[in-house]
Amino acid sequence: MRKKTASLYGLVAEFKDPDDILRAAKRAHEAGYRRMDAYTPFPVHGLDEAIAFEDNRVPWTIFLCGLLGAAGGYLLQYYVSVLDFPINSGGRPYHSWPAFIPVTFECTILLASFGAFFGMLAYNGLPKPYHPVFNAPRFELASQDRFFLCIEAADPKFDREETERFLESLNPQLVSAVEE
Amino acid sequence: MQTEHSTQPLVTAAHRNGWREQFIEGDHTDETIGNKISNVVLAQKHPMAWFIAFGIGFLLLNILMVALGWLVIRGTGIWGINVPVGWGFAIINFVWWIGIGHAGTLISAILLLLRQRWRNSINRFAEAMTLFAVMCAGIFPLFHTGRPWVAYWLFPYPSVMGVWPQFRSPLVWDVFAVSTYITVSALFWFMGLIPDFATLRDRTRNRAAQVIFGILGMGWNGSAKHWQRYETAYLVLAGLSTPLVLSVHSIVSLDFAVSQIPGWHATIFPPYFVAGAVYAGFAMVLTLAIPVRAWYGMKDFITMRHIDWCAKIMLATGLVVFYAYIFEVFYAWYSGDKYEWFMIHNRMTGPYAVYYWMLIACNGVIPQILWWNKARHNLVVVFLISLVVSLGMWLERFVIIPVSLHRDFLPSSWGMYYPTFWDWMTYLGTFGLFTFMMFLFIRFVPMINIFEMKVLLREQEGGDHHDQGDGHRADGHAPVSAEVAGEHV
Repeated sequence: MRKKTASLYGLVAEFKDPDDILRAAKRAHEAGYRRMDAYTPFPVHGLDEAIAFEDNRVPWTIFLCGLLGAAGGYLLQYYVSVLDFPINSGGRPYHSWPAFIPVTFECTILLASFGAFFGMLAYNGLPKPYHPVFNAPRFELASQDRFFLCIEAADPKFDREETERFLESLNPQLVSAVEE
Repeated sequence: MQTEHSTQPLVTAAHRNGWREQFIEGDHTDETIGNKISNVVLAQKHPMAWFIAFGIGFLLLNILMVALGWLVIRGTGIWGINVPVGWGFAIINFVWWIGIGHAGTLISAILLLLRQRWRNSINRFAEAMTLFAVMCAGIFPLFHTGRPWVAYWLFPYPSVMGVWPQFRSPLVWDVFAVSTYITVSALFWFMGLIPDFATLRDRTRNRAAQVIFGILGMGWNGSAKHWQRYETAYLVLAGLSTPLVLSVHSIVSLDFAVSQIPGWHATIFPPYFVAGAVYAGFAMVLTLAIPVRAWYGMKDFITMRHIDWCAKIMLATGLVVFYAYIFEVFYAWYSGDKYEWFMIHNRMTGPYAVYYWMLIACNGVIPQILWWNKARHNLVVVFLISLVVSLGMWLERFVIIPVSLHRDFLPSSWGMYYPTFWDWMTYLGTFGLFTFMMFLFIRFVPMINIFEMKVLLREQEGGDHHDQGDGHRADGHAPVSAEVAGEHV
């Protein structure tokens, strides 16, 4: 009797309610499972805490990109107006820093937004045409009105029969095995 | 366990006060919400109204193509601009369209930050409106340059001529502001769409549609980890968009305010323009939302409460704008400057006086009808007033621009401004572009944010659970709710 098949990705349990999946995720975490994920049609508050997931890279990326934008925007104007081609327009100083503020601000926002959008996609690994969990039966409901909890076979505590029994005990609609 | 609290939907002031705001009417589930919104896109049959509106848009878009084509062939002489009014319809329409776009960002971003859940059903629609309005706006600065084929000179790149844009000019700030605005709005809009494209991908039976939605959905699978990063990014984008929208229209207003012309050189311009933009934008949102919700049966999601609140925002911003009109008169008098005073005198009694008084009527007087509850709940009244406000806001830009330019300091320089046929055709044509894009959007993209509506549904139902316990306590603070919720879970 093998503990896990070579091509098994994990076991998936389908729930009807966000409260159910939240409870299930907490129980799974308490039971010691760490490699798991939940798939829901909308964000469920508390679910990422329940599966003990935290990622602060997106806000930091946004901040750094914002700084880059600010610095870049300001230095661009400084270089152009003070160093490369200074023009005396109406006696205004070459380094007219108040006038440089709007463009600096816009560049900050622009780059920070790129950081948010592309950073979010990159850290999420998107676009990702294929993910093993799409093989779960009825998984198209994950974007409609069902909530899926997947415990990955890569988890150290994973055991084909044990984990299946554990998932059944959470009262899901369905428990199924998912291939890679 | 205190962590139970985090499982509860957002405890809003409404919950704490013991009453629930009903933002979704009728009996809905995740499935019915998904069905209703997706079916507009995935259905085989579409309402006749769509074909008519799209047809009109297409027709007007063709007019735009002809107008712009003729402009490129013959030059800006086909327009009515001349000395002294060197800036006419192009800049009026640019500011008008950009202003309209601002309501979309306000609804998406600012109302999100203020946790106003009623935004969930109108935000995608409003953001789409923003994108298309900014597209229409951008046509004017692009083509009014006279040589649009060298429009790239507006951007700072190392040119062979060794010259750069003049960064001390609001016109260059505009380039950055509008470019940033359209880019960030597009990113924000598209980001909101990714989970909905995944929903459509999973619902459709049509293979081609599956592939297209699959690509657009980026392989979204609803992973809780992805949602966490997504929500963070979305919230921050909203936080970035808020100062962005304020800065964009402030910069646009500075196009005028940094000059010395009476009627332009006023520090009230940035807040005045921003309030005016929100005013015009909400008018356009109402103009579009009222018919579309009827044609597509979205009355359960865009309820009378939404119409009521949009009307209230319109009224509030209208009052700010009216305040600005009154104070412009005050500044002119209080300054003791004869040129400022003449400018006001000219607005009120000069050759264009009829437009000034129409402006006061359209923007100041008529919208006061919205103080009455019954008026705000009457769709015909609200629709008509939204049209009146759109007209009024256009007139405002007309009064600010040509009327101030045509008679400034030196009487020998005075002249008149008469828009030409091509001025009107170009403007009309932009309505075509806007309508065309808007109805393409309605046809192919879910016009209401599906997953946000599901979140809203849960929060409303979560409110039900609160009411069973101590939900009616006036001071119901979070721990009490958490306990009630804890028992429920």
